[in-house]
Amino acid sequence: MTSTDSEILGLFIGVCGLLIVLTLVGEVLSMRAGDNNPVVETFKTRVRSWWVIVILFTLALIAGKVGLLILTAFASFAALREFMTLTNKRRADHLSLALGFFVVLPLQYLFIGFGWQALFAVFIPVYVFLLLPIVSALRGNSDRFLIRVAETQWALMIAVFCVSHVPALLTLEFDGYPADRGVLLIAFLIMVVQFGDLLDFFFGRRIGKTQIIPGISAKTWEGMICGVVSASIIGGLLAWLTPFSMFGAMAMAALASTVGMFGNLVISAIKNDRGIKDWSHLIPGQGGFVDQLDSVIFAAPIFYHVTYLVWM
Amino acid sequence: MKSLLSLPRRGAAKIVGLAISLLVRFLTAVRADWRGIEPVNKQRVYFANHVSNADMPMIWSCLPPNLRRDVRPVAAADYWLKNKLRAFVGPEVFNCVLVDRRPEARDAHHDPMQNILDALDDGSSLIIFPEGNRNMTDDPLLPFKAGLYNMGKARPDVDLVPTWVSNVTEIMPKGEVIPLPLICTVTFGEPIHVDDGEDKDAFLRRAENALVSLAPKDDRL
Repeated sequence: MTSTDSEILGLFIGVCGLLIVLTLVGEVLSMRAGDNNPVVETFKTRVRSWWVIVILFTLALIAGKVGLLILTAFASFAALREFMTLTNKRRADHLSLALGFFVVLPLQYLFIGFGWQALFAVFIPVYVFLLLPIVSALRGNSDRFLIRVAETQWALMIAVFCVSHVPALLTLEFDGYPADRGVLLIAFLIMVVQFGDLLDFFFGRRIGKTQIIPGISAKTWEGMICGVVSASIIGGLLAWLTPFSMFGAMAMAALASTVGMFGNLVISAIKNDRGIKDWSHLIPGQGGFVDQLDSVIFAAPIFYHVTYLVWM
Repeated sequence: MKSLLSLPRRGAAKIVGLAISLLVRFLTAVRADWRGIEPVNKQRVYFANHVSNADMPMIWSCLPPNLRRDVRPVAAADYWLKNKLRAFVGPEVFNCVLVDRRPEARDAHHDPMQNILDALDDGSSLIIFPEGNRNMTDDPLLPFKAGLYNMGKARPDVDLVPTWVSNVTEIMPKGEVIPLPLICTVTFGEPIHVDDGEDKDAFLRRAENALVSLAPKDDRL
């Protein structure tokens, strides 16, 4: 077992400890509240979903690059499916959408697998951005054309480009930070963002007063500030996973968590516009993949680029 | 002896059925919304909107296995007997009740309604598309044919369940080859029955309204 593997295992055991506590809390709550209390049931379903996510993610980390690419490519596929279900489209877009699912998505992950940074950084924002509208235009239906191509591009940016920047972290090389520790940097990003979200939710419930966007999202300034500060502290404690200094890790965690929380607001605005509560039903208790990943989606590309610009 | 020989064929039909339902669920993440009924094993006629050949596999795939075992889609013989592959998939995998849509085929020996009633008397549930044809128009539904009324009148105890399949036009528009993996939702509404003395047209309008009311509202442009 390499040192990276044993560190992944250590993290896994730590997170499992937390989940065991949450599972026990759920059991105690349902004993007190009786069966079929909807709040307690939702809490228990969510904890169960977290178990599945943590186990799958740990397996992917241990499997290394290929495992992570498969897991994130699948998450991209599910997120793209949720997003494209809600976009405006006409029959003339059928081929461009099929290309999005079956060509663009696999190619993006292939480019990351080969570490071709010059390509994966511009493939969707430049090539796909220009080429897919050509495919749609050639089919000759201009009804709401700009809305159609803009929404398709947004779907690909959010679900494929942004999500793919999680495994893209493996392509970065740092002085004095062995290449196989890249998976730990990914674990760092996911953990600070997700713990920040959980603590934002917790503090928002306890002390939240001022809603940031009333009517669209329940997020409050108080919850968000507590969430970001907690994420930053957790980032400092997890600095040993990263090539950053202790204060560097705290700053990067705060940055990722802040961007992620505002990303969650953007996704809420889209849901509100389309009149839905969740993107799908695929993750019990949490909604869809986009609901689960919204903050990671926004945090990953920024985290990747700031790491590249500042720390390499 | 005959049943012994057909054993591998039935096994193959089971495996193909499982593969189809897995593929449908992987591609479209099809979800059942049991809005008006519970997914329990009760004899029912699921009547659904029809825009694509993918409709029937969608409904079939989102039924729980114990319900799927007893459900038989009512389908056109001219479509499902066209070649050997279809003749395997339609009658054997989906266990379709085949009916001949051509008016000239209707005679004393072949009454499509009799096949359907026989299937109901065997205890099967049915999936039917009362529009008769695929809906290629912009209207949500074509006017229903009389079949649903005749069934409801002849077997008044059977629940007639409106079943709305969403999104299939976008997943597989007519003439396209590659299906798009978009999320499909199948919504099951509250069952209806033919009321005493209700005439055919009044019942069919009521059934159409019950079905259309399940369609999700679409805020898109």
